[in-house]
Amino acid sequence: MNAVDCQKIEKSFGQGETQTKVLRGIDFTAAQGEMTFLVGPSGCGKTTLISIIAGLLGSDSGSVSLFGESLSSLSARDQILFRRRHLGFVFQQYNLLPALTAAENAAVPLFAAGMNRKLAVKKATDLLGALGIGHRADASPRLLSGGQQQRVALARALVHEPRLIICDEPTAALDHKSGESVMELLSSSAVHPDRAVVVVTHDNRVFHFAHRIAHMDDGVITHTESPTTQLSHH
Amino acid sequence: MTYVAFRMLIGDRAKYIGLLFAVAFSTFLLQNQTSIFSNLMKRAGNQIRDVTDADVWVMAPKTSYFDQTKALHETDLQKVRGVPGVDFAVRIFKGLPIANTPNGQFAACSVLGLDDATLLGAPRNMIQGDWQDLWQPNSVIIDKAGYMLLFPGEKLKLGRELELNDQLVKIVGISDALPAFTTFPLIHARFTEALNFQGRQRQQLSFVLARPSKGVSPEELALRISQTTGLKALTTAQFQWASVSYYLKNTGIPVNFGITVVVSIIVGLVVSGQTFYLFILENLKQFGALKAIGVTNGTMLGMVLFQSFLVWFIGVGFGTALSATFFNISPFVIALRHFILFWESAVGVAAFMLLVIALASSAGLIRVIRLQPAEVFR
Repeated sequence: MNAVDCQKIEKSFGQGETQTKVLRGIDFTAAQGEMTFLVGPSGCGKTTLISIIAGLLGSDSGSVSLFGESLSSLSARDQILFRRRHLGFVFQQYNLLPALTAAENAAVPLFAAGMNRKLAVKKATDLLGALGIGHRADASPRLLSGGQQQRVALARALVHEPRLIICDEPTAALDHKSGESVMELLSSSAVHPDRAVVVVTHDNRVFHFAHRIAHMDDGVITHTESPTTQLSHH
Repeated sequence: MTYVAFRMLIGDRAKYIGLLFAVAFSTFLLQNQTSIFSNLMKRAGNQIRDVTDADVWVMAPKTSYFDQTKALHETDLQKVRGVPGVDFAVRIFKGLPIANTPNGQFAACSVLGLDDATLLGAPRNMIQGDWQDLWQPNSVIIDKAGYMLLFPGEKLKLGRELELNDQLVKIVGISDALPAFTTFPLIHARFTEALNFQGRQRQQLSFVLARPSKGVSPEELALRISQTTGLKALTTAQFQWASVSYYLKNTGIPVNFGITVVVSIIVGLVVSGQTFYLFILENLKQFGALKAIGVTNGTMLGMVLFQSFLVWFIGVGFGTALSATFFNISPFVIALRHFILFWESAVGVAAFMLLVIALASSAGLIRVIRLQPAEVFR
């Protein structure tokens, strides 16, 4: 069973003459135990596709199944609860809450699930330790470097042990060394036999971390390949 | 998530303090202005309230308020006494003579001439002396504020003399009478002596004070007196309210205070609303991330409401503490004596500020509720 199974996804924005078709019948899958990259030029529809996969945006037509569960069969509230339980997110701009410490930021999904605050922070602190920034657990995000902030964001995506992790340009705001380091951590901590990772990225320096790469252009997946094939082009 | 909401709120110190200041300042202004206004208006009826011995005031038919009197006939007193249900009725004189002191100070005074036999209507809150000393010849009781006006900087002392219309009188008591709206010194004297303080007129009976017999209510007695004598008869409460109403209708005071109150509301609403909205706008990405993570709109609503409640609770608390401090200090200022913070004002303003903050946060709240979590990827 695939972690993500998208069939004939179509999505348009605007109406009438200003209508723009962003996704044109996309078929996309991401397997469990794999890290799948979604790459392509700006405006090709990557962000729209992961928003639909995550249930943050509805499609005009087509279907999305996550671990065999059709998102359209769930009520709006159940979609939120499904997302809270089974999905983890890493955003390009980290989106950490500046008022919380690093550990508290990492613990937010546990807070949202109603876990006791002390237990949640303890669990998040342990995870930050595993990601190599346990010593900055009590620091404000403002005092952390970009790489450290992205590790906190990674901890936030992993802390509740979700089955699908969606990363939006996780290395875009980082220098090459930090980006490489974050991807190494993502690869080592997130990839798991019953878990899938979908990464949207422009950064071809980290393509070698992917198990599969889906290339998008103008609202369609043009081709899918393994990184060895991709690397052989360079 | 309550903890996250709390930390988000206090995390931005400048905005948090700005919000608290706006709410506290508005609360203080509203409580202060509404209480001062109420205290001031209450003064219009204080001289009526101070006469605790009578329940019904009888006066000339067209009398509007306490400070406007038209003399009654001596026979009117007998007419009132003849109304069934009157336990007793006594006369009272009210005049506005000029009082002079030996050191040259002078001031217009509000003189109440009390029934010689009973001294009904004498002040009961005495600072020095005894109200029964009014039975001494050429004696008066003056209120503390009046004494301080006529004898500035001097200690309270009995035995000092005043000259009223060439009549030399001795101060035998200093009262803590409730302050009147007009701020004149308040002098109590016996009826027959008080008449001499003012130039003689043909009729000098200002009011008749009456008390109902057992089983008759003041309202019922007032009605009976009106119907029987053709005079105007009001209960103490009715006469107080009539006097307050006169000042409400015929002075610009309500407009003046009203403008301040409206400005306080606008300041509170605009400043806290704008700060709240900016606070939410600046945290929109974070709110979006929370929604993407799986925080429901209900939880978001709870977070914003919790933040609003906290700002209200602390802001109104500070504001009320400021108001309470003001009204604790005000008795030391003679012009503000007997001013209190009305609990109705404190509670009413607190409830109103809750509405103001709810309105102020609603714009930001709508923005959060409408926020598409997918925005977080853009």
